[in-house]
Amino acid sequence: MVAIVDPARLLERRPSAQVERPSCVFELRDVSVLYSGKAALKGISLDIQARLITAIIGPSGCGKSTFIRCLNRMNDLIPGAKVRGTILYHGQDLYAAEVDPVEVRRRIGMVFQKPNPFPKSIFDNVAFGPRVLGLREDLGARVERALRQAALWEEVKDRLDASALTLSGGQQQRLCIARCLAVEPEVILMDEPASALDPIATAAIEDLMHELKREYTIVIVTHNMQQAARVADMTAFFSVDVGPEGERAGILVEYDRTEKIFTQPADPRTEGYVTGRFG
Amino acid sequence: MRGLGDTRSRRGSELAFAALLLSSLAVGMAALVALLADVIHDGAGWVTWRLLTQAPSADPAVAGARPAILATIYLGLLLLAMVVPVGVASAVYLEEYARKERWYNRLLEIAIQNLAGVPSIVYGILGLAFIVRGAGLGRVLLAGAIILALLTLPTVIIASREAIRAVSDSIRQGAYALGATRWQVVSRQVLPAALPGIATGTILALSRGLGETAPLLMIGALTFIAFDPTLLGPFTALPVQIYNWIRQPQAEFRRLAAAAILLLLALVLSLNAAAIWIRDRAQRRW
Repeated sequence: MVAIVDPARLLERRPSAQVERPSCVFELRDVSVLYSGKAALKGISLDIQARLITAIIGPSGCGKSTFIRCLNRMNDLIPGAKVRGTILYHGQDLYAAEVDPVEVRRRIGMVFQKPNPFPKSIFDNVAFGPRVLGLREDLGARVERALRQAALWEEVKDRLDASALTLSGGQQQRLCIARCLAVEPEVILMDEPASALDPIATAAIEDLMHELKREYTIVIVTHNMQQAARVADMTAFFSVDVGPEGERAGILVEYDRTEKIFTQPADPRTEGYVTGRFG
Repeated sequence: MRGLGDTRSRRGSELAFAALLLSSLAVGMAALVALLADVIHDGAGWVTWRLLTQAPSADPAVAGARPAILATIYLGLLLLAMVVPVGVASAVYLEEYARKERWYNRLLEIAIQNLAGVPSIVYGILGLAFIVRGAGLGRVLLAGAIILALLTLPTVIIASREAIRAVSDSIRQGAYALGATRWQVVSRQVLPAALPGIATGTILALSRGLGETAPLLMIGALTFIAFDPTLLGPFTALPVQIYNWIRQPQAEFRRLAAAAILLLLALVLSLNAAAIWIRDRAQRRW
């Protein structure tokens, strides 16, 4: 994408520039998601900044997964799903008519809750993305680089031809991360990436996230608050809003620096959740 | 609360139920074994090289089924060539592309399910009207293959859909999330994963198609053909040959029919064995 820098905007930002403000990757304004006409998420406005880890926390059913699936247009695949409002990605409307969701998904990678390696070899899993994009040159080097970035290379370098399904759950999840890195995305969305893993594998994924944050913008959904506190720079707390007729929709309650959310939340609902009084 | 050992009445009904299930199975098995024994008794001695290499004749001592065997093989190959691409493509459309809430897609689904239940003779009538006469193809082997393909198409579509649906959605999502297009997801992930199921379903449909007699009789697969079949020539098929021999008054022809039945059974059984082999191999690889 061509980054066109608007001088006027640069000037606008100058007053607050003394706190070394990172640039915005996503800007969401009043975003709602509807499934067959029913709102699953409503009125979300927030900015997601580059090279930070942003955590989305909140109780079950508050639309956390729906939220991150908006960011790479995975919701397009669900019949009847509609996204309203504006989502800007580097200032460009992600849902504009001329935007190709396939290209969006290449730039904005995703790791799922349950490790979902393809029933193919380890090598073919990582090579799948580059191959569908036609990046056939130096495929071996590309695969190795991605596996090294995902801290999996040492464990699998002697058995790249083995089925990915022979790996442990934690290794499978790191393979899925490597698969995502192989297409060189800018953003990595993680939908509860460690919830199906044991504590040791979880720690490995969290260490990896700290490494990846140097080069990538990461958005992670988690219902594990300790995990959010450990890895995230910014945390958004989502909750469920029950309407007059009992209709439930996810809303954004509070969005701030992680330590603020966990130590001095501004909203009593956030405080109730992070101190374990509900949820 | 009942004692730990007090399960006698339940164990009794457990046994009774198991016996009931076993006897149901026995009924089917007994019929099959009786049929098989009868056919083997009649025909085993007549499965000879001559049966495979000679043309039918009025003299049972020199008669063989070579044209019918060849025609059945040709029919099978043509059937596969027609039914696999069309059937798999239809299944891919219905599972991966069609928007299921649209009325025309639902209508298509119901139509295909009903077509799978249409008696084969109806396909014969249809073939006679539209392919043999309407399209002017005549009573030729190609026409027979087209009719058998139409007959087995719904089964292949249904089996392929099942196989495609059984591919985990997490695989599709993973591929989409990497920037794959729909066609790339289908061709590189879904179809390879569904292939064993599709192959199994197709082979079972093929073995059913090759055993069909009625639609071929309907379009006039001649019962006495003494020369090797060609694509656009008159033909007979193994089931039709069996039907013909069984109607003859001489006992020897009935022996020949039994031998041809054994041949057809061997063909169908080996096709089914191939289907099972493909499925097992795929499961081990998974």
